[in-house]
Amino acid sequence: MTVDDRFSRDFQEMRADRPIGTRNEIVTGPVSDWATDFSHTESEWAADPYRIQDELRQRCPIAHTERFGGGWLPTRYEDVAAIAYDTDRFSSRAIIMGNFRPPPELAPIGGSPPISSDPPFHHHARKLLLPAFTKHAVARREAATRAFCHALIDALEGEDVVDAARDYAQHIPMRVIADMLGFPPEDGPRFRAFIEGVLEGVNLPPDERLGRMDNLFDYLLAQIHDHVGNPRDDLTTYLINVEFGGQKLSSSHVAGTMALLLIAGIDTTWSAIGASLWHLAKTPADRERLVADPGLLPTAMEELLRAYAPVTMARLVKEDMSWNGVDMKADDWILLSFPAANRDPAQFDRAGEVVIDREVNRHAAFGLGIHRCVGSHLARMELRVALEVWLERIPDFGLADPAAVTWASGQVRGPRTLPLRIG
Amino acid sequence: MKVKIDSERCQGHGRCYDLAPDLFGADDEGYGQVIGDSTVPEGQERATSLAASNCPERAIEILQEA
Ligand code: HEM
Ligand code: HEM
Ligand code: SF4
Repeated sequence: MTVDDRFSRDFQEMRADRPIGTRNEIVTGPVSDWATDFSHTESEWAADPYRIQDELRQRCPIAHTERFGGGWLPTRYEDVAAIAYDTDRFSSRAIIMGNFRPPPELAPIGGSPPISSDPPFHHHARKLLLPAFTKHAVARREAATRAFCHALIDALEGEDVVDAARDYAQHIPMRVIADMLGFPPEDGPRFRAFIEGVLEGVNLPPDERLGRMDNLFDYLLAQIHDHVGNPRDDLTTYLINVEFGGQKLSSSHVAGTMALLLIAGIDTTWSAIGASLWHLAKTPADRERLVADPGLLPTAMEELLRAYAPVTMARLVKEDMSWNGVDMKADDWILLSFPAANRDPAQFDRAGEVVIDREVNRHAAFGLGIHRCVGSHLARMELRVALEVWLERIPDFGLADPAAVTWASGQVRGPRTLPLRIG
Repeated sequence: MKVKIDSERCQGHGRCYDLAPDLFGADDEGYGQVIGDSTVPEGQERATSLAASNCPERAIEILQEA
């Protein structure tokens, strides 16, 4: 088989091979008691999950819900860490807690390796990606990222109030990953439309969501074709050539891995940049201190990642068992809240406060154990550069209208509307 | 003072080589490594304990000599 043959198969074909999973009844509406009926999809949670989690940690540290076909919410650092480390009893076969469970036969590979994979397969799928995402490898992108941040600020010239989530934070990870993958810069707006279509389509009917996914995959396959004919020094060419068990990846896996990086890398980083700017806009003392002492930024950034950790994951219980005093059933969800772990007073002094010079900070914003975020070095570079450039160019800013700030709901949390007064 | 990374625990978060770049480096996959032999040079004790106390996986062990 020539290299080109690998890319003549369609993504739809691969999707058709996928075994069907199980769906449960959808329950929405106000939560009666967070200890027995929690839901991460209600607006109360999106507005302020910390208050809910802090209260649960004291009253009922492993909360339960019948929604989503049954699930548990541990809020102590110790329990979150134990579950992240225990890949024997908790599977990553599904990592988004909803009303659909993929079938057990999908393990250990799962629908989107390595994030959906369990050992021993996980290790191999992850190993493919690691060299492209080391601190050293991502440092090469820093100068271009900085120039891009400056260009975004240039475009805000003359405005008094700007939406820092839409006009600044969002563009940075999108541009960085598109450059890494080697997409033509002039495709920017088109590519952005595909990504927004997929990310914002989460609540649409399944058919419409799949249609949006297909648009993205058509674009990715066109990019793969172009790179096969015209290889260059970028991540797409790397994925086309990399070998797995002595074989190159199939086209669907190259496209799938590209999609995973887009989905895992964009709204996560967007959220981290946005939440950091939100905090600094409403906390003049911290903002002034960072403007006066930019050397403190790396330390402050870790504290902002701790306090406003954007990502919550999920696991599925493998078999019926009694775990730390609760009776878990096979296929129960675990909502694995790294944000809740990061605010546990048993692990952090002054856990509920943002202490921008916190020296000891073993936070879990990028996960714990074998699934540690592959993109953490990239995300840290983007977050640091985005904040450095903003603070240098716009040292004086504040919330234009605190009530107008909106937050994404679900498992990635960050501001989606963030009006800041800059003039 | 000596320092060691437990490679079974290390997941490549890189807090050690961010905070104490003279003492720790990364391998080709981003996992942490102690640079040189395991002896902490004089003056680097604070950086070493800062790195150890920020490793999310508790993979850094500090061995005090008797
Ligand atoms: C601030 C931004 C980010 C945060 C907070 C974040 C957080 C996380 C977390 C908590 C996990 C662990 C998943 C689990 O335990 O199931 C994870 C995994 C992952 N992240 Fe990120 N992430 C960010 C940015 C990125 C970026 C920029 C990329 C790549 C372009 C990326 C790619 C991945 C991948 C591929 C995995 C799966 C790793 C594995 O399963 O071995 N992330 N991320
Ligand atoms: C590092 C990247 C990846 C590697 C090494 C990889 C490898 C594999 C392997 C070895 C299989 C089993 C094939 C077989 O038994 O015939 C498989 C199945 C599959 N993969 Fe991938 N894969 C990768 C990424 C992805 C991504 C990101 C997606 C989707 C977004 C994906 C979707 C699938 C699907 C749908 C199956 C079929 C599952 C089933 O029918 O049981 N893969 N993958
Ligand atoms: S901080 Fe810990 S987990 Fe991270 S690279 Fe260093 S030793 Fe490994």
